[in-house]
Amino acid sequence: MKLNRRQFFTAASGAVAFASLPHVLRRSGIAAEEPIRVGNILDKSGILNIYSLKQISAAAMAVDEINAAGGLLGRPVELLFYDSQSDGQFNTKYATQALLKDKVHVIHGGITSSSREVMRPAVRKFKGLLFYNSLYEGGVCDRRHVSTGMVPAQQLEPLVDYVVKDQGAKKGYILAADYNYGHITSKWMQKLIRDNGGEDLAVEFFPLDVSNFAPAISRIQAAKPDVVWSALVGGAHIAFYRQFESTIGKKNMMLASSTYGVGLEQTQLSADEGDGIILGTSFVDDLNTAAAKDFVSRFQAYTGDNGYVGEYGEYGERGIKVWAEAVRQAGSPEPDAVMDALAKGGVSVSGAGGTYSVDGKTNHTTMDIHIVRGNRNQGFDVINSFSQRPPKDTQLVCDLHANPNDTTQYEVEVQ
Amino acid sequence: MDQVAIYAYQIGFSFGLFILVSLGLAVIFGMMRVINLAQGEFLMLGAYFCTIITQAGISLWIAIFLSGLAVGLFGILVERAIIQFLYGRIVDTLLATWGLSLFLVGGITWVFGPQTESIASPLGNIPVGDYSVSQYSLVMIAFAVALLIATYCLWRYTRFGLIVRGTMQNPNISAGLGVNTSLIYMLTFGFGSMLTGIAGAVLVPVIGAYPTLGVAYIAKAFITVISGGQMALLGTISAAGLFGTIDGIVAYISSSVIGEMTVLFVAIILLRLLPLGITGKFKRGV
Repeated sequence: MKLNRRQFFTAASGAVAFASLPHVLRRSGIAAEEPIRVGNILDKSGILNIYSLKQISAAAMAVDEINAAGGLLGRPVELLFYDSQSDGQFNTKYATQALLKDKVHVIHGGITSSSREVMRPAVRKFKGLLFYNSLYEGGVCDRRHVSTGMVPAQQLEPLVDYVVKDQGAKKGYILAADYNYGHITSKWMQKLIRDNGGEDLAVEFFPLDVSNFAPAISRIQAAKPDVVWSALVGGAHIAFYRQFESTIGKKNMMLASSTYGVGLEQTQLSADEGDGIILGTSFVDDLNTAAAKDFVSRFQAYTGDNGYVGEYGEYGERGIKVWAEAVRQAGSPEPDAVMDALAKGGVSVSGAGGTYSVDGKTNHTTMDIHIVRGNRNQGFDVINSFSQRPPKDTQLVCDLHANPNDTTQYEVEVQ
Repeated sequence: MDQVAIYAYQIGFSFGLFILVSLGLAVIFGMMRVINLAQGEFLMLGAYFCTIITQAGISLWIAIFLSGLAVGLFGILVERAIIQFLYGRIVDTLLATWGLSLFLVGGITWVFGPQTESIASPLGNIPVGDYSVSQYSLVMIAFAVALLIATYCLWRYTRFGLIVRGTMQNPNISAGLGVNTSLIYMLTFGFGSMLTGIAGAVLVPVIGAYPTLGVAYIAKAFITVISGGQMALLGTISAAGLFGTIDGIVAYISSSVIGEMTVLFVAIILLRLLPLGITGKFKRGV
């Protein structure tokens, strides 16, 4: 075969390109330090991005810190970010792309329960691993899914305990967002209020775009509860806290919430409107621990943003730290090896909000929980802390040791 | 007695809300026949202007009027830049204003972020027997009624109002009589935008300001104006009165969702029986 000059260059450049393909390089041992790839799928834009923005920065910070400390298993960690734009179809698309095309070892992400539920089938199909760093209604039983956020038994049990038993607010009126999180959470609230000898007067659901709560507030006044429980979500629902304060007022009726603060609501309300709202949380910036203060100052130095970080920001670092520890114990970033390491139950890290230990039977996380009260400075005062609360609700229904192929999301039955 | 007062309050609040969100549209769509799909975003802009002005330390009451002026001027800008070329071209207007609506939502999200901005409710509450109502809600109802009366008087009793009504009825004859119809169109559009801007500003202490605020109210506004029929103002008043009463009572007895469903259901029946709206058969009026 005779080559002219052009044909020679074409063939030669093709050969060079082929030889530098990653798998060829790997086979020949040229790139021993091939990075471990982490996909992070969160909403940088769209209507829900308030829940994601700080988490995106915190995850990036955690990865940079791992790399600065010499990487993971001697390999650098590469973070690939995908903007799911507050739209579930992008979660599916990017989960597939991350696993198939970009060959990530783990996906971190999903904020709403619906975004998690659309990613789980893709993660299962392509044998990946998903870290869901968000508080949610609990019950997902899936080896390829790890939850590092709070579930109702962790957050609501001590909260209902405090409000109903310690404060004597027996009669409760529940308001919740009208989708799966609100429905399941309100059932938990009902169950826990009754278990504590209280009474749930009514449960009401509000679509996410409702911002006129005047009729509901009049109904609340007619029912005369001791406390109003809120599992309201999103920008329009913030109006409730404002209208509640200008009509009833927290000095006349208690207000407790499972969701207040995660969207940094306290920074958008006045001192009077935020003062006195009670909630359960696993992290607020105001925690009086060295770890929390250290995290907040590292975050501020990393981002140059001095605003409130909050629970959802902290979840970003928490997810990466827990996953990195599991990789270290597995000695490999491959999803199946990491899953086996998690199943042994020894994955535990100390983070900004205390110790986080993954329960091997459920892939849910044991953590410290704090009951806090909104103060007049757009922050929270810690009232009570509960050490190392296990994800009891999910443990009751899920056993991945016995049923490793389970993928169900179980729901609580309220009698 | 308490119950009567609370029902009256719920109905008044609901009526006020319907009037506030649809009055500007009654002018722009009801009188001018411009299908302005960005009307909800004008409401949202009013809310944002009011938030910014109040956060700069200016009193809320002044901020409400300044926001109205700002949105009015913005409306004039929009009329000159887009709408004036599209009178009588319904589908084109629809597309252009829809695009404007998307642009405004995107732009505001880009500048202010998606979170709710707001200002505290400025007044306290007053007890009504076992209940209490927020004083600001009463102010809001008063604003709705005042805007309504002011608009009615402007159209009905001033020379400007007469010229505007004449121009809307027959622009060619008005032009023949020496009226600068293009200017009248511009001012009327600006006036409608101003009403919407004031409404958005009045609503801020109750619902806050967020980029997608308009989307939640635009449908309500169109349904009210369309059900009202050809007499833009009288129709809007009667439709808002009807829907406000239904929504106020049903939302209080059952829930906000059922309240809205009932309103939509009644609107469908109403338009089936009176396809031209409540004032469809009226011969004269505003």
